Amino acid sequence: MTMPPAPIVVAHQVTKRFGSLQALDRVSLSIAPGTVQCIIGPSGSGKSTFLRCLNQLEKIDSGAILIDGELIGYRRVGDTLRELSDAEIARQRLATGMVFQRFNLFHHMTALGNIIEGPVTVLRRPRRVAEEEAMALLARVGLSDKRDAYPIEMSGGQQQRVAIARALAMRPRIMLFDEPTSALDPELVGEVLAVMRDLARSGMTMIVVTHELGFAREVAHDVVFMDCGQIIEQGPPAQVLLSPQQARTREFISAVLS
Amino acid sequence: MGGDSAARPAPTELERLAGLTIVPHRYYGRWVAAAIILLLFAWVVKAFAEGQIAWKVVGQFLTAPAILNGLVNTVIMTACAMALGIVLGVLFAIMYMSPNPVLRGSALFYIWFFRGTPLLLQLLLWFNLALVFPRIGIPGLIEFRTIDVITPFVATLLGLGMNQGAYTAEVVRSGILSVDLGQTEAAKSIGMNRLTTLRRIILPQAMRVIIPPVGNEFISMVKLTSIASVIQYSEILRNAQTIYYANARVIELLIVAAIWYLAVVTLLQVGQFFLERFFSRGRGERRIRQKVGRNKAAGGQA
Repeated sequence: MTMPPAPIVVAHQVTKRFGSLQALDRVSLSIAPGTVQCIIGPSGSGKSTFLRCLNQLEKIDSGAILIDGELIGYRRVGDTLRELSDAEIARQRLATGMVFQRFNLFHHMTALGNIIEGPVTVLRRPRRVAEEEAMALLARVGLSDKRDAYPIEMSGGQQQRVAIARALAMRPRIMLFDEPTSALDPELVGEVLAVMRDLARSGMTMIVVTHELGFAREVAHDVVFMDCGQIIEQGPPAQVLLSPQQARTREFISAVLS
Repeated sequence: MGGDSAARPAPTELERLAGLTIVPHRYYGRWVAAAIILLLFAWVVKAFAEGQIAWKVVGQFLTAPAILNGLVNTVIMTACAMALGIVLGVLFAIMYMSPNPVLRGSALFYIWFFRGTPLLLQLLLWFNLALVFPRIGIPGLIEFRTIDVITPFVATLLGLGMNQGAYTAEVVRSGILSVDLGQTEAAKSIGMNRLTTLRRIILPQAMRVIIPPVGNEFISMVKLTSIASVIQYSEILRNAQTIYYANARVIELLIVAAIWYLAVVTLLQVGQFFLERFFSRGRGERRIRQKVGRNKAAGGQA
């Protein structure tokens, strides 16, 4: 028997409050490299907050997150945890790529401009090299003809595929997806899921917050069901989605499917 | 045709309506209004042509060295004061939005003071700075007599620029607030630090909102420089005045100054048009209209 690989993401007892709202309540989760982790749950269950904590768009109140073995957001000095500087946090964010529900493409840049922005201004790669790689990424998401299109000139599905290419251009170890298809018209969901499926096949570690139970069943290695800031149930998709053990999971899944 | 219509039933009332010619409504009121305005305009032109204005003098002084010199000073002052105003405006807008209470407080104080006192008073304060601080500089290192440093040019620049900065700060702040928070998050997610995010993502998009009011203030500034004549800065109006004190051609020289102000402002307006077009890339109204058109077409099919 071989040892299972060391997890690439470890969240330990992560807690986050917004005022009186307990958004995350002692959430612990380990994710193996190269796997697809889906997180499902009703809105307000904390699943998006958890994702945003992983790339430090939110600061956690207690607990710890390690990505690739490195503590996120803090440096341990003796018995204290020192908050990292803006620049250090920016460097840590390079390990994760994020895809947002509302795409958040830079409106004043073309598709190509969006994709090369990070490589050129953050990674200081030569523009020509960045453009070549961006064109390869555009081809990968099936949008080579949109290189000079501004976000407003593209459909939601196309914008989201460019957003995925923009995140990939930074060569992250992990891709985070925050309800990537929730803002799309129903007929555009398929094209985005196809790109994500392709990405999963290539061996990318993915954490996907989604309501697409079909996608979760087909692609995920592991599914987590969250409610009220807690992990209620976790297991392989066949178990969590088809024969959930917890009453709350059963209720949620039947509500989504109906 | 005739044989056909005999076979068919007689056209209904609706069919007959559809075949009638459409006659546009005549708006007589518009014609009357236009006629009155044209008459008034002709009367004003006639009055000026026949009035006690020596148009030859206007033509003669239009390119007089003193006038052109004043024009150059006006343009230089406008450019410098606006540049200072915009730099200060961006700086104080960012300070205003900082979580640091000291930075925020000083930005508030700056805006409060320079928006709250008359520009003329500020100009006089700067010009008379020597009364408070006879000498300025870094003690022990370098020192000047204030009166040598605060020339009419420097006093005017400080007065106009710092006053402008207070107004521009608010314009820049509203521009920054107009950019969706998702843009900041996306920039962070690709590893940008705060300053790069501001420079590459937020400010370029804020410009779309900032430029129209700043263009407006640029035009105001051209004319506001004339106030500097009170502290002996030789801009165009002051030079025109100096000339008419000597030759008593008051109206002629005021017309000369007016012509040059209008010329400069016209140029600025053209510049603003192109700047606005540049910064609305990806959001241009032309594109939005196209998109709306496409959506309508799609909706029609569905």
